[in-house]
Amino acid sequence: MNKNIVIKVCAGTGGVASGGEEVLSAFRHAISASGIEAEFQKGCAAHRVGCRGFCAQDVLVDVIINGEKTTYKHIKQDMVQRIFDEHILNGIPVEEWTVQEDYHAFHEQQTKVVLAHCGEIDPEDIGAYMEVGGYEASKKATCSMTPMEIVNTVKNSNLRGRGGAGFPTGLKWELGLRIKSDIKYVICNGDEGDPGAFMDRSVMEGDPHSVIEGMIICARATESGHGYIYVRSEYPLAVKRLQLAIDQCYQKGFLGADIFGSGFDFQLKIFQGAGAFVCGEATALMRSIEGKRGMPTPKLWRSAEKGLWDRPTVLNNVETFANIPRIIMKGADWYRNLGTERSGGTKVFSLSGKVRNTGLIEVPLGVPLKKIVYEIGGGIEGGKAFKALQTGGPSGGCIPADGLETEVDYESLAQAGSIMGSGGMVVLDETSCMVNTARFFLEFTQAESCGKCTPCRIGTKRMLEILERITSGNGKEEDIPLLEELGQYIRSASLCGLGMTAPNPVLSTLRYFRDEYEAHIRDKRCPAAVCRDLITYSVIEELCTGCGACKRACPADAVRGKRKSPHKIDTEACVKCGTCYDACKFRAISKK
Amino acid sequence: MEETLQQILDHYKKNDGNIITILQDIEKNFGFIPEYAVNWISKKLDIPASRFFGCATFYSQFHLRQRGRNVVTVCRGTACHVKGSERLIDRLMIELDIPNNEDTTADLKFTVEKVNCIGACGIAPVTILNNEVHGKITLDKLMKEIKKIKAGE
Repeated sequence: MNKNIVIKVCAGTGGVASGGEEVLSAFRHAISASGIEAEFQKGCAAHRVGCRGFCAQDVLVDVIINGEKTTYKHIKQDMVQRIFDEHILNGIPVEEWTVQEDYHAFHEQQTKVVLAHCGEIDPEDIGAYMEVGGYEASKKATCSMTPMEIVNTVKNSNLRGRGGAGFPTGLKWELGLRIKSDIKYVICNGDEGDPGAFMDRSVMEGDPHSVIEGMIICARATESGHGYIYVRSEYPLAVKRLQLAIDQCYQKGFLGADIFGSGFDFQLKIFQGAGAFVCGEATALMRSIEGKRGMPTPKLWRSAEKGLWDRPTVLNNVETFANIPRIIMKGADWYRNLGTERSGGTKVFSLSGKVRNTGLIEVPLGVPLKKIVYEIGGGIEGGKAFKALQTGGPSGGCIPADGLETEVDYESLAQAGSIMGSGGMVVLDETSCMVNTARFFLEFTQAESCGKCTPCRIGTKRMLEILERITSGNGKEEDIPLLEELGQYIRSASLCGLGMTAPNPVLSTLRYFRDEYEAHIRDKRCPAAVCRDLITYSVIEELCTGCGACKRACPADAVRGKRKSPHKIDTEACVKCGTCYDACKFRAISKK
Repeated sequence: MEETLQQILDHYKKNDGNIITILQDIEKNFGFIPEYAVNWISKKLDIPASRFFGCATFYSQFHLRQRGRNVVTVCRGTACHVKGSERLIDRLMIELDIPNNEDTTADLKFTVEKVNCIGACGIAPVTILNNEVHGKITLDKLMKEIKKIKAGE
């Protein structure tokens, strides 16, 4: 029995929430109790790995015996012993718990560059990162490349900012290098605030070292001595793992003074955000690090000239930095050829909503949206009809079914009325109301507007009021043109990206789903039966068995009726919470 | 209280912190931002209290009023919204008997708060119960957990 056994347990936020840490300790316990650890010394190891993308099937566990990998899904603590006994000791996998075709299809369609290490290596161990070639790129960059050479490599790779705006990274660095100053900063923007986006979190949690390495290379290329990673406070696990990684780097001499013996110094710190979406905007983020209210400032000059504390600053997104070490090692041509003519490489998206396979995916730029939704995502949950794909979060828009041929790219998505944004993709089906979705996003941007400029502060508020009027059944005929007019003004007159993009969800749904707005206004009807004020719950008498499940579940005591005879809902008392709808096993509650 | 505040102040001086890091420390120690704490630190540092309150009211992480001993955070990200988080919040408010426009029960046992997105969209809808993330949550599951906490108090 000469075996090399590796057990990998998913421990991203999704994995931990599903009990990943308990599963890991159960494996470790089983190993030490059986004594095989002592027998094989290093031959048997169980460790945690970052998010592998398919969070819906967490906790995912890989068992690799002599290089042969078996993946298990939905693993709980009490299932560990059986896997250990049957598979690890006797070599027979527990077939009924292994992942199915959908897991393999989900992964096979992807091209992993940024996520290459996520789900493979232990994010809390710098040794694991170095074993797969980590810190070679930063060593190469600091010791044997000139700053201009690094800048040219990044420029040739066609890498564009992954934060959403898509500014060419090489150009930004070139500007940062050209401006001379004794103090310069490099900032990593990890303030991923878009609701529905979680790729930066997964990278920071699953492969923190690649972000740090990318920053070291950027610091070298722009001759900057100080760096900050700005992480939002809602990501405690990312903060913990990044801090651990930074500490390990200081110990190894990869950060601090004279890194890799090259005479180059770079100090790196984490700054925790305090919960403000607008801080994802570059100037607001810098004000926040300075300890002020995170309000954007007019861009009279580029950050590369005057940024943090009025010093030259280069700011990039997490995913952008994570790409850099690969570009340095594999070359600019390799990266450029992965994508389209205008933008090189791959992009990570978080696919969620009403799609069968939710999770994190990485695809080359230029892939059609259809492939993402139907092949990687596995189509719509529960066999319902696809309605729209929401991309770019609250700054983005909705793309309807006939736009699914669109290829994923900064320009083509903009043409379709949406944006690439940071990469959130939420699938909406026939049960999603588009007016309500637009209202949801506007409620978000309105609450997160910092209040500095009038178009954003008052404009979004007025737009939200109109949408609330429409969804509550009080919409007026002239509301639609009013929304469009307001939207145009806010878009052109706001100070920063938050305001400029805030009307997008409304304008894009108006473009493609105008009929839903009209149904709300003219017929006082919500076609998807979502808007609470426009729907009524009632009992379909023919289907009701009088079991009383709805009556017991109703929090407002609005269901009346005797056992074994059809019940009724008192519409006066009903609070329209939908609990009866969920409680009924006979589909006898109608929602209209 | 002064002792804790002194520690926060020392930490600030040692790590060249700023107003936000001080507020983060206060929030961590007291669970909210007491007016007294701000005034005390403001005097010691000779920075106007208004600048502290300016930041405290700007960032959603800071709270000016005392919060419940147990915090239920319901994620309101897009994915969670699509999967019914709004209804979850509505029902939670009814079940815990929290009045409109308030977020905390009268006995200071529970606070219900919303968060924009915690980035666990793959397992939506998500809630955080006293720092522990629960994915694919339903009202029944949530109420069971809440009952457990109630019984433990």
